[in-house]
Order: sequence, then C-alpha cells, then structure tokens
Amino acid sequence: MAGDAKGWDRNQMAARAAEELEDGMYVNLGIGIPTLVANYVGDKDITLQSENGMLGMGPFPYEGEEDPDLINAGKQTITELNRTSYFDSATSFGMIRGGKIAAAILGAMEVAENGDLANWMIPGKLVKGMGGAMDLVAGVKKVVVVMDHTNKHGDSKLLKECTLPLTGTGVVDRIITNLGVLDVAEGGLKIVELADGVTEDEIRAATDATIVN
Amino acid sequence: MKKVYATASEALDGVLHDGMLIAAGGFGLCGIPELLIDALVESGVKDLTIASNNAGVDGFGLGKLLETRQIKKMMSSYVGENAEFMRQYLSGELELEFNPQGTLAERMRAGGAGIPGFYTKTGVGTVIAEGKEHKEFRGETYILEEGIFADLSIVKAWKADDTGNLVFRKTARNFNPAAAMCGKICVAEVEEIVPRGSLDPDLIHLPGIYVHRLIQGDHEKRIEQRTVRKREDA
Repeated sequence: MAGDAKGWDRNQMAARAAEELEDGMYVNLGIGIPTLVANYVGDKDITLQSENGMLGMGPFPYEGEEDPDLINAGKQTITELNRTSYFDSATSFGMIRGGKIAAAILGAMEVAENGDLANWMIPGKLVKGMGGAMDLVAGVKKVVVVMDHTNKHGDSKLLKECTLPLTGTGVVDRIITNLGVLDVAEGGLKIVELADGVTEDEIRAATDATIVN
Repeated sequence: MKKVYATASEALDGVLHDGMLIAAGGFGLCGIPELLIDALVESGVKDLTIASNNAGVDGFGLGKLLETRQIKKMMSSYVGENAEFMRQYLSGELELEFNPQGTLAERMRAGGAGIPGFYTKTGVGTVIAEGKEHKEFRGETYILEEGIFADLSIVKAWKADDTGNLVFRKTARNFNPAAAMCGKICVAEVEEIVPRGSLDPDLIHLPGIYVHRLIQGDHEKRIEQRTVRKREDA
C-alpha cells in the first residue's frame, strides 16, 4: 500500500486538517505536518498561539529581518502581526490549561482507540522531554492528530492500546492520516472520511484499533 | 536601597552557595540571562539544581555551566539541544527532573505567589503523575504539583529603571517573570537601565518588588534556528 499514489500527501493532510478550523478560533499547531496547516486556512480568521508566549504568530521573517527576541515554540525565528500579543509562560499555559485554546493540531507516534496519545518518548532512544505537549493535550478543547497511518515498518499507528509512554489519556478527538479521517468514538474509532482513492476495506486493513460503525 | 550593580559578578556576590536551587528565565536561547550564567561559571559555585525550561546548547547559556560540571540537577521540560547534557545524563553524572512546560511555569509562579501546591490535569495517566497525589474535582482527576521556592532567580529583561521595574521584549519574556518571582533573591540583567520615570507605569511587565539586584550589559542574543522566507517581487 505504501509508495503508491493512493491517499493524501503531507500537504493534502495539512489542507484537510485546516478544514477543522473555524472562523475566530485560537489554535496551537505542533511541529511537522501541523505547521503546514497555517498555509491552508484561507480567509478564515484564525489566531495562532505559540506556547512560549505569543498569540497572533506571523510567518518566517525575510532574510536580514530575523529578531532573536521573536521565536516560536520550535525556536524558529518568526514575525508578529497587527493582532499580536505577548505574555509570559505562566500566562500562556494558563490559557492552554484553562481551555481557552479552541484546538491543537499535533503529530503523534501512536493513538489508541480510547483517545490515548503517545508523542513524546521512544524507549531506547534519547529522551528530550515533553515540552508543552502534555499541557496542550490536557487543556485545549479539541485535539486533532495529523500523522501517517502506519510507521516506516508498515505497522498501524492507530492501536487498541498505546505501547509507548503516554502524553495524555483519552485526549484525542480526531485523527487525520494519509488514508482518511477517524474520530475517537464509543468503543473505538469511527471512519468519517476516506482519502482520495482509499477504500474502507483498505483503511480497516491498515488499522489495528477497533473500528466501530 | 541601591539595586544597580556594575557587573554580573558583583551582583551575585554574597548570594551564592554550593547546592543551591536557582530558577533561570529563558526559552531555548531566547531571553536567557547569559551574563549571569557567565558569572556563575566564574564563581565556581557547584552542585547546583537549576529550574529552567531548557538547558542551553553546547558552549552557550546553561551549556557553559554543564561543561564545568557545576550543575547537579536540572528541572526542565525539553533538553534536546545539548550534546554535553545528554552525555552527562546518560552516564549518570547529572540528574534530570522532567516537568511539563506549563507545570514548570506554574510551579515557579506559584512559589513566587506563596502557593506551595496546586492541582492540574496535565500529566494525569502518564509517568509524570507517578507518586503524586491524585484528587477529583468536578468529576475529573487532577494531580498535585508543588510550587518552586528557589534560593536565587536569574532573569533577563529588555529595560529596567533603577528601582527594578522590568520591561521585556516580544517572546523573550517567556519564563522570566515566573522565574523572577520564585526566588528569595532575584538578580536581573537588562539591555538598558533607564532613568526613573521614563517607563510608563501602566506598561511595566514585572514590578521592581521582585527584583533585588540589577545589571546592564551587552547581550549576544544567539539565534537557535534561523528560519526565513523568500522575498517575493513587489
């Protein structure tokens, strides 16, 4: 299944994730494919939060205009917008923990059918830390995971139970993969959409988690 | 009371002791108290526990204090950018206490506000919750996290007046206010000390009550990930 043209590529996954966002939302985007979501929000009035202390994150600066005092949570140089506000880390995580952020779009290593999420630690590999991931998944109203459906060995990343150390329990609402869109529902995952050219049988075959109707 | 000192070393004189707990501001290399870190290296104070979101990079920021083996333990949320850190950690020379980023910030803020503990949903059901008190509130489970009460805070701001009122700049504010609040003594380094009365009182980010000593100095302000976009033809 891997390697053929079926399903969505990274940009198509990001574009699909952008459909989750509604006008007026305050949103936190993780690194990797989630970062690309910003390219697909179109005319929607979306304010991006950067958890190191900023609402209203702008694009990368033009060369020569980088400011060492202005970075995102991935430590990359960025810019401000005319709506931007800055605040300290305790205030930033106050708005996250307090449920003020409407949605977080994050990458993941594993998601379980009950919404458990693992995305911060692989035993045996160097552990760098959870950063703000545990706070985000515990606090924001809606957690959308964007990831490949299977890992590089072809194994499902949507599991009955996570095998890796958890970032949060029962926190994921929706999963967008290269094969389609699934919701965490009563008793398992529910297929809500199939990616281009992907059949329901194919997505079921690629998924270890229980699929409910 | 005079708060302004000539150098970072003078500002730290008499407040250092081996084994102390220091809270440091900064996120990555943004808004770190680089001059005070250099002065800590010079002082030779050792067996430090440092609460800081990150641990610097090799050769800059807290990475310098790691190279000289002055740090015994780090309390951080993300330490991935520092090879010497990883070497010391994997060989058992350095202790590490992972804190979720928001929990670390709130532990500092709470300590500074006289709150010894607070309950949070962050980390419930994960390794972070192991050994911590669990309690139900309104049908949900929370864990108890403790406030951080540091012996010393080291922070970096943009501007100060001589009474210690601080103004930060853009995302360099980050952990600095909370770190400043939680120390028995807070030493701040700034880019510019301006005359009393020239900062708008309505726009002070951290009141001088939290700041005991102050220095002005030149900052390298190293960029960790330089990302740019192409200039399109106008």
